[in-house]
Amino acid sequence: MRDEYDVIVVGAGPGGSIAARSAAERCDVLLIEKRQEIGDPVRCAEFVPKDQFLKASKYIELNKKWIASKINGMRFNAPDGTTFDASGELLGIEEELGYVLERKIFDRQLAKDAARAGVDITVRTRATGLIVEDGHVKGVKLNRLGEDFEVRSKVVIGADGVESQVGRWGGINTTLKLKNIACGVQYLMTNVDMIEDFLHIYGGSQAPGGYVWIFPKGDKTANIGLGVLGSKLSRKRPIDYLNEFVSKNIPEGQPVELVMGGVPLSDALKTIVSNGLMLIGDAARHTEPLTGGGILTAIRGGTIAGEVAQKAVHQNDSSVRVLREYETRWHDPFGKIHKSMYKLKEFVIGLSDDEFNKLVRALKDIKPQMSAVEIARRLLAANPKLVFLIPHLSVIRKYV
Amino acid sequence: MVVVNIEKCGHCGACVAVCPTNSIELIESCLRIGDTCTSCATCITVCPVGALSAEGEP
Repeated sequence: MRDEYDVIVVGAGPGGSIAARSAAERCDVLLIEKRQEIGDPVRCAEFVPKDQFLKASKYIELNKKWIASKINGMRFNAPDGTTFDASGELLGIEEELGYVLERKIFDRQLAKDAARAGVDITVRTRATGLIVEDGHVKGVKLNRLGEDFEVRSKVVIGADGVESQVGRWGGINTTLKLKNIACGVQYLMTNVDMIEDFLHIYGGSQAPGGYVWIFPKGDKTANIGLGVLGSKLSRKRPIDYLNEFVSKNIPEGQPVELVMGGVPLSDALKTIVSNGLMLIGDAARHTEPLTGGGILTAIRGGTIAGEVAQKAVHQNDSSVRVLREYETRWHDPFGKIHKSMYKLKEFVIGLSDDEFNKLVRALKDIKPQMSAVEIARRLLAANPKLVFLIPHLSVIRKYV
Repeated sequence: MVVVNIEKCGHCGACVAVCPTNSIELIESCLRIGDTCTSCATCITVCPVGALSAEGEP
């Protein structure tokens, strides 16, 4: 490790590793990870939709080493037990819909790929602050195994996740309001009898303002977890909701792992860049506010931020004027999708159990040969408020 | 001041993300609450396992 780099990336999750690799095409890059082990513990339900995932970055190449299972459909479970199966056939998709990843392997692979592209990596190294001179970020203050030191850079990329400090140190307020964070817990559980190529989603008061998920990882094992919206929490903790769900629905299941995590479900931030600084992934609150999915957005943001970092370094100008390109390229299309998903989230978190039941019943009656107009008519009959979401649904449909 | 029960804490960082004064830092499996904490209790609300509490309360 040197005491000066072109670019420093804080956080070696998927977004950080991709950003580092992207920047390393034309820059010297240092990638910092505060944990002892990259990729562990996993704070993620690990599903990615196939097409979007493969398109998310030119640096993603499918590798069966980090695919736990292939998914062919989604089952939505209403509070009253009504189910709706969104199968590949119904959605008009011939191949698999997506994958449940093995993030421990995936994250490490991306870090190794970055190293092969020339990135220097340091683990068990924590950012303790930014070097800021004349309102411009000039590097990172670090602590490794108890030793404080500084590394200077032209650009810093904050990829430090939900608990991000880098943005706040750099003057970007990333504090989440209670209505914009899901508080999650998840078991990796075995002895689970389920349809192994489907995602299973449970809505309603079993996880207020969020949902319960069962994402199969093969061999009767699955990520079983839930997120509850911060503003809907009182004395009952997310772990209590999850234990209730498990004892009611999967009494024979046995845990292999327990993880917890906060999931940003926030509206887009006003800005994600400042002089010498860009934020990506969960740190930029880019997590999809409807689903809580953060892998794709982190990878997309990381790829773009790395490219813009290259440009800034070679123009010898890492002011907001140059870094703004990252924000602009993010905004269209991803920022637009994000805004619409946020509106959808606001609608979903306001649904009562009864409204959930009605919607799932209406969805259940959908047949592959039905026209879009017929489907829309049925859904609007189930919940007239959906009419306000039509513009947002069409934004999402246009891009996704 | 807010205190953390390290036997319960799952090191997820939800509390860090909502802290309005940026007083909490998560270092691997160690959660540190700094002296800028105003006891606003936002972090207590979001903790998935109830590991945080106001000092002196159960």
